[in-house]
Amino acid sequence: MSQKILDIENLTVSFDGFKALNHLNFSLNTGELRVIIGPNGAGKTTFLDIITGKTKPTEGRVLFKGRNLRSHSEHEIAQMGVGRKFQTPRVYLNLTPRENLELACNRKKDVFSSLFKPVPSAERRTVSGLLQTIGLTHKSDLSANLLSHGEKQWLEIGMLVAQAPDLLLVDEPVAGLTDEETEKTGELLLSLAESHSVIVIEHDMEFVRQIAQGTVTVLHQGSVLCEGAFDQVQKDPRVIEVYLGQEAGHEEEMILS
Amino acid sequence: MAIVALGIDLIWGYTGLLSLGHGVLFTLGGYALAMHLKMQIPANASSPLPEFMSLYGVEKLPWFWAPFASFPFTALAIFLVPGIVAGVLGYLIFRNRIRGVYFSILTQATTIIFFNFFNGQLKMFNGTNGLTDFKTVLGYDVNKFVPQYYFYVATVILLGLAYGLCRWLTSGRFGRLLVAIRDDEPRLRFTGYNPTGFKVLVFAVSGALAGIAGALYTIQTGIISPGTMNIAFSIEMVIWVAVGGRATLIGAILGALVVNFAKSLLSIKFPDIWLFFQGGLFLVVVMFLPDGILGWLRTEGVNAFKFLTGQRKAVTYPSLEEDPEAQYERSQFKD
Repeated sequence: MSQKILDIENLTVSFDGFKALNHLNFSLNTGELRVIIGPNGAGKTTFLDIITGKTKPTEGRVLFKGRNLRSHSEHEIAQMGVGRKFQTPRVYLNLTPRENLELACNRKKDVFSSLFKPVPSAERRTVSGLLQTIGLTHKSDLSANLLSHGEKQWLEIGMLVAQAPDLLLVDEPVAGLTDEETEKTGELLLSLAESHSVIVIEHDMEFVRQIAQGTVTVLHQGSVLCEGAFDQVQKDPRVIEVYLGQEAGHEEEMILS
Repeated sequence: MAIVALGIDLIWGYTGLLSLGHGVLFTLGGYALAMHLKMQIPANASSPLPEFMSLYGVEKLPWFWAPFASFPFTALAIFLVPGIVAGVLGYLIFRNRIRGVYFSILTQATTIIFFNFFNGQLKMFNGTNGLTDFKTVLGYDVNKFVPQYYFYVATVILLGLAYGLCRWLTSGRFGRLLVAIRDDEPRLRFTGYNPTGFKVLVFAVSGALAGIAGALYTIQTGIISPGTMNIAFSIEMVIWVAVGGRATLIGAILGALVVNFAKSLLSIKFPDIWLFFQGGLFLVVVMFLPDGILGWLRTEGVNAFKFLTGQRKAVTYPSLEEDPEAQYERSQFKD
C-alpha cells in the first residue's frame, strides 16, 4: 500500500450550528488523482478551505504528509506543498502572465529575498516552459485582465504548477469553458497527475468521465456518500437520488450518463 | 509635500491600502526636527530649557528631549520615529487581517489619538501652539535667505532620493508582490506568501517618507503644530495622489505640486471659498479622470496628440488596433 499524502479523520465544520462538513473521513494516496462530486451545498468547497487552512475544523483533524494542519496558517500550508486553484479564476489582474507565474514560482517567499534578489535564471526557464504549456507565450507580457476566461483558468493552473506543490486542489477547473478548452484542460490535469497528487472537484459529468481513472468520491450533506470507480458510482441508487431528489425516473440516466 | 505624496502612492497606489493617518507620521517627523531646533539654546539664555517650557514652569528637561540636542540623532529620528510608529501600527493591523475601509478607519482613529496627545501636552510639546520661533540649525540662522536656499536644495535632493527608493521598491519582484497584494491578497496566501511582512515594510517606508517631508516642511515654514495631524490634512494628501495619478510615482509628485500650487493661488484670490475648489477638483478627478492627470495623459493624451498632429489616422475600431490577439493573428497571416 502506498503512502497516504492526505488523511482526514472524523472532520466536522460548523458555521453557527450549520454543519458544512459532518464527521467526514477521507484519505488520499500519494500520486492519486481523485475526483470529488456532489450536489450544491455538499461541502465541496468547505472541504478545500479546510485543507488549505482558510477555515479551521471544529472537530477532527487533517493530516498532510502525517502533519496536523490545524496550527498552520494558509501561507505555511502552501509552502508545505498544497496548491489550490479557485472556482473562479483568481490571478493578479494587473500583472502579466509572466509576472504571475514568476511570483508563484519563487522559492524564497520572505520579504528580503524578494527585495534584493533578482529572479534566478532557472526560474525564468521554468516560467517560459510553463507559458508554452498553457499556450500563453505570445500574451506573456500583457496584463492579465485582458485574457479571456479560459486563458485565466489556464494561467491559474500554470501558477499552481509553478508553485511545485505535492498536492494540487482544483476546484471546478472547467466551469465556463468551451468543450474544446474543457478537453484540453482534462489532458493537462491528467499529465499533471502523473507527477502530483491531485484532487479535482467537478460538476461536469462529461469531464469527470474524461479524467476519472481511479476513485470518485461523492459528497452529500457534508459526508462521504460513496466512493468507487466512476461507472460504479454512476449507477449507485443513492447517488442518483441525491442528484435528482425523490423523483426517480429515467431523466437521471440522461444527466448522469 | 511631494515626498509624502510618494509615500502615500507607495501604500495606496501600489499596495491598495488607503491610509488616512499620514498626517500623524508627517507631523512626527516635523516634531523630531523642531525639537532639535528648540534645543539650540543660545549661550546667553536665562534658562537651559526651550523657552516655552519655562513659561509653564518646567524645571527639568523631559528625558526624551535630551537626545534631540544631537543633530545625527535627530536626522535618524526624523525618519525612524514615524517609520517605527507606522511599522508597529501596521503590524498590529495587518496581523489581524484588517483590510480595506477598516484599515482606513483605524488610521483615522490614530490621528485623533496623536492629535489629542500632542495638543494636550503643554509642558512637553507646547500644546496646540506647536513648536515655532526657531533660531539656528547647525550653527546657521534659519531665517536668513541663504540657509533657506540650501534647505530648498536639500528638499530637491531628498525628493530625488525618495523617488529613487520608491522606483527601486516598485520595480522588480517586490513591486509585483505589492500589486499582487492589491489585486488579491487571500490568493497570495495560498501561493505561499505571508503578506503581513510586505505590508508592514511598505507602510513603514511610507511613514518614514512622510516623516522626512514633515521635517522639511517644519524648517521651511518655521512652525510645526498638532494642526497638521488632523484628518483633513491627511485626506488632502490622499487628494494629491488621486489628482496626480495612483500607482504612478511621477503622478504623485505632480499631483502634490499641482494641488499645492493651485491651493496657494486660489487661497489668495478667493480666501473664503478656495476649499470648495479643492473638493471640486477631487470630484472631477474621481469622476472623469480615475487614473489621475498622468493616467489620462498616458492614454487619452497620447491619442489626442497624435490625432492633432496627424500622425494617426482615424480608425473604425481603435481597440482592435491595440488588441494583441489581432496583432498576433495579423502577423500569422503575413507569414
